[in-house]
Order: sequence, then structure tokens, then C-alpha cells
Amino acid sequence: MMYAVLCYNDEQMVCGWSKEQDDAVMTALHKAHDKWEKAGKLKPSIRLLPTSAATTLHKAKDLVIDGPYAETKEALLGFYIIDVVNLEEGLEFARDLAKANPGGAYELRPIHLYNPGTPIPGPYETERQYAQSREVAK
Amino acid sequence: MTDLAWIDAALVSARPQAVAALLRYFRDLDTAEEAYQEACLKALKNWAVNGPPRDATSWLIMVGRNAALDGVRKRSKQVAMPAEDQVSDLDDAETPMAERLDDSQYRDDVLRLLFICCHPDLPATQQIAMALRVVSGLSVKQIARAFLVSEAAMEQRITRAKAKVADAGVPFETPGAVERSERFSAVMAMIYLVFNEGYSAGPNDPRGDLAEEAIRLGRLLLRMFSNEPEAMGLLALMLLQHSRSEARFDAKGDIVLLEDQDRGRWRSKLIQEGVVLVEKAVRHQRTGQYLVQAAIAALHARATTFEETDWKGIDALYATLERLTPSPVVTLNRAIAVSKTKGPQAALDMIEPLEAKLSGYFHFHGARGGLLLQLGQGKEARIAFDKAISLANTAAEAAHIRMHIDRLIADSEKAKRA
Repeated sequence: MMYAVLCYNDEQMVCGWSKEQDDAVMTALHKAHDKWEKAGKLKPSIRLLPTSAATTLHKAKDLVIDGPYAETKEALLGFYIIDVVNLEEGLEFARDLAKANPGGAYELRPIHLYNPGTPIPGPYETERQYAQSREVAK
Repeated sequence: MTDLAWIDAALVSARPQAVAALLRYFRDLDTAEEAYQEACLKALKNWAVNGPPRDATSWLIMVGRNAALDGVRKRSKQVAMPAEDQVSDLDDAETPMAERLDDSQYRDDVLRLLFICCHPDLPATQQIAMALRVVSGLSVKQIARAFLVSEAAMEQRITRAKAKVADAGVPFETPGAVERSERFSAVMAMIYLVFNEGYSAGPNDPRGDLAEEAIRLGRLLLRMFSNEPEAMGLLALMLLQHSRSEARFDAKGDIVLLEDQDRGRWRSKLIQEGVVLVEKAVRHQRTGQYLVQAAIAALHARATTFEETDWKGIDALYATLERLTPSPVVTLNRAIAVSKTKGPQAALDMIEPLEAKLSGYFHFHGARGGLLLQLGQGKEARIAFDKAISLANTAAEAAHIRMHIDRLIADSEKAKRA
């Protein structure tokens, strides 16, 4: 079963991390990813920019609004696509990440349709950073 | 991150809203800060065992308020308030509170708290110190270190600033539209002041952290005023400037000019966010000084090489900035863009009339020297660089100009030998 693992956390706090704190969390997360990636179960992972960078189009009135659609205490900060045997394994993945990055919640949402689309033309800047932080993680 | 570090980060992040709400409640800064301190101590004990509550800010406000009221009651020998574990339960006390207080409701509280720090009677350094102490919650020791003064001196400075603010009396009613917008501008100026204090610091200077602190304050302001283009502009400007922080100095701590910087070391995450914020703000069709400066920074950030820089666009944006906030410094900056599009002579013609106003300004003489150098007027360039050195604010600035002078001397010796 494919799942989207949606990452929710207190955005104000996460955005307030210093670069060192942020790097430390990312390094710990990359270590946690490793096992799942090697097993071929971790598909793309996406980290989003803060909701203050978001824009929402309300479709019916073609109304463009600053900010995310849902203003919540814990914002959607990113998501993973995983391919696991069952919900139990999905939860195991989420628990692995939770150890690396406490606080907030992971929502496991089963995927109904997965269309990878066209690949992002490389080298995408964030991909380069990802590679760098993986180096650090090793 | 360990649990304790995580609690710490949560406390730092909740502080501005919590102190701001407590200030509205108690109408006294010291009481509000003490109440928050009390709440933090209880949080460290309680959260380590029970885990952090879903809405940390509301928890801290409620516990802080009770702790302060408790203190008052104890002094007047009345019955104590219930202990915090009775209000910390996720299901009863916290939920209605969390529902009532979303970000927009903290808006005027947080604005008031920030505004208190930028009272016009306070000199710039005291405004910065107040913001760092009261809003960011940095310790007096940390702030003293950033300003290279003793802890006692900084303590005294902050105490004096607080007394001045208390005497001035900040109104606690919900501000009207005009007053809100006045507070808003004053607060933006103060935040940018904090940022520049950090930005102008050289590498390994403890003041460098102030840039990140200012970005946090900018995020806070934008969260409260999420459709204000100038708040987007200010945050974008700081993010875009800060994105270059690792490329701005070399291993020896000397300044690396924009044209010589390794653009691979610019932090793309900050650039992406800054550029998006500029795009969002532009949609509002309301131009302000921070947005224009951010747009200029975005044009620099978007160029993958120095040669690709859109100098015409930058020139046009500086023209807009000159119209919005006429100042010789803006004209000086515009002249740099003009030197790229129309040559050094055109730029020199633009800045010569500014001499009377900018004769005490490091960058004026530095830029003038640079233009003269491009025009092959070595002797005049040398005089301008010497003036710049005598006005340098930091060791790195002086060292950078000295590099130009050394090059001049080397060139003239080469010419003599030839």
C-alpha cells in the first residue's frame, strides 16, 4: 500500500530553529530515512516552505488569498510518499521519524492514485542541499 | 533534538505571544515577564513528564497568569489558585482557551509588545537591546556579549530603557487604524535595525546571531499581518540578505564583494522563500520601501553569475526607492547600478553632488574610490580610499579598502618599472 505521510508541526517553532538546530534535525532524519530508502520503501520526500510563502486560490470566485488554505496551529510542513506492506509498517516508519524529530504529528493517508509526472530538471537546488546533508549524515 | 532541547525551542517560540498577552492582562512589563518566567519553570517540570500541550502558548499564558495572581494573593494572605496540573489537562481548561486565541487575536498584543521596544525616546541600541530582551527573551548576558559590554552595564541599560517606556505610558486600548499603521512602521524599522546590527557584524562576531533573531521577529510580524505586503517585503529583504552570509567573508574574515562571492554558497532555501514573498507582495500593487529593497535583493539573488545581474532592473527599482524615500544613500546605491549600465563616469557625475551630505559616510568614499579607479584616476582614488578607511565601522570594512589601496600601490610600482 502506498501512503502519503503528512508532517504537521508548530510552524512558528520550526521556523524559529537556528540553522544549527535545523541541520541537526535534518541529519537525524536522514539517518532515519536511510533504512527505508535502502529497503526501497521510501519514495519522494518533500519539505515545504513556511505557510507565509503560500498563496491560496479559492476556485469558485477565483479569489487569491495570502497564506495556506487551512490556518491551523500545526501546519502541514512537508510529506513523504512511502510504499509499505500495511498500516503497521507505515506506523513503524512514522515512529522512526518521530524519534528523530519529536513534536507535532504524522498523518498517514493512503494514496489512491500516484502519478510521478515529469522528473524535476536537475540539479534542483534543494536536491543539491539534500545530497550535502546526506554527506553530513554519513 | 533531545526532549529538553525541544521544550526549550517551544518556550522560545511561544514567548512573544505569551508575554504580550500577559502584558495586556497585567499592564506592567516586569510583572508580565516574571509571570512568563514562572510559567516556563512549571513547563519544564510538567512537560518533561506529560509531554508538551497541544497549544503551548495558551498553556503558558494561563499558567503564567495564575502564578502571578497567586503571588498577589499570597501577599494578601488569600486562598491560593489551583495548581498548574489542574489547568494543564489537555481536555478541560486548555481547549476553550486554544479556540479563543488564534494568531489574529494576538495581533494587537504582539504589536504592542514590539512597539514598546521602539519608543522614539530610546536610542537605536536601546531599542535593539529591549527587543532582544523582552520579545526574543535573550538573557542579559547574551545581549551584553553581542554589544561587547559588561553584563552589569547592559542590565542597567535595559532597566533604564524599561523605566523610560513605563514613564511614557503605552495605551492598552485596541489601536485604531492610523495608530496601528504607525506602530507597524515603527516596529518594522526596529526589526530592520536588529537585522542590520547582525548583518554588519563580521564573521565570528557574536552580533551575527542578531540577523537570525531579526528574521524570527520578521516572521512573527508577518504571521500577525499575513496580507501586509510590507511585512512580506521586510522578511524577504532579510532572508535574501542573510542568504549570502556564508559567502560574504573569506577564511581570513575579509569582505568578499558581491561580484567575487561564490554563489554556490548562497543559501537557496532562503532565496526561494524571499523571492516567493516578493512575488506575493507585488500582487498587492502597494509599493513600500522594504518591498522595493527586497525586489532589488531578489534580482541579485536570481543572477547565477555576477555578469547576469539585471542592472537595468535594479536601476529602475532604485529610481522607485528614490521616489519613495529620497536620500543621498539611495542615490549612491543607484549610482552603482548606473555604473554598470552607463559606465563609471555617469555614476561619478551622479554621486559628486552628494559629497556635502555624505562626506562622513564610509561607503560614499569607498564607492567614489572604486569609480575613480575604474576611470584610471589612481591618485584621486587613493585619496578617496584613505578617507574611507578613516571612517570604517568594522575591521573587515577597513581591510577591504586597504586591499584596494594595496592594489593601487602595486599597479603604480608596476607602471614605474615598465
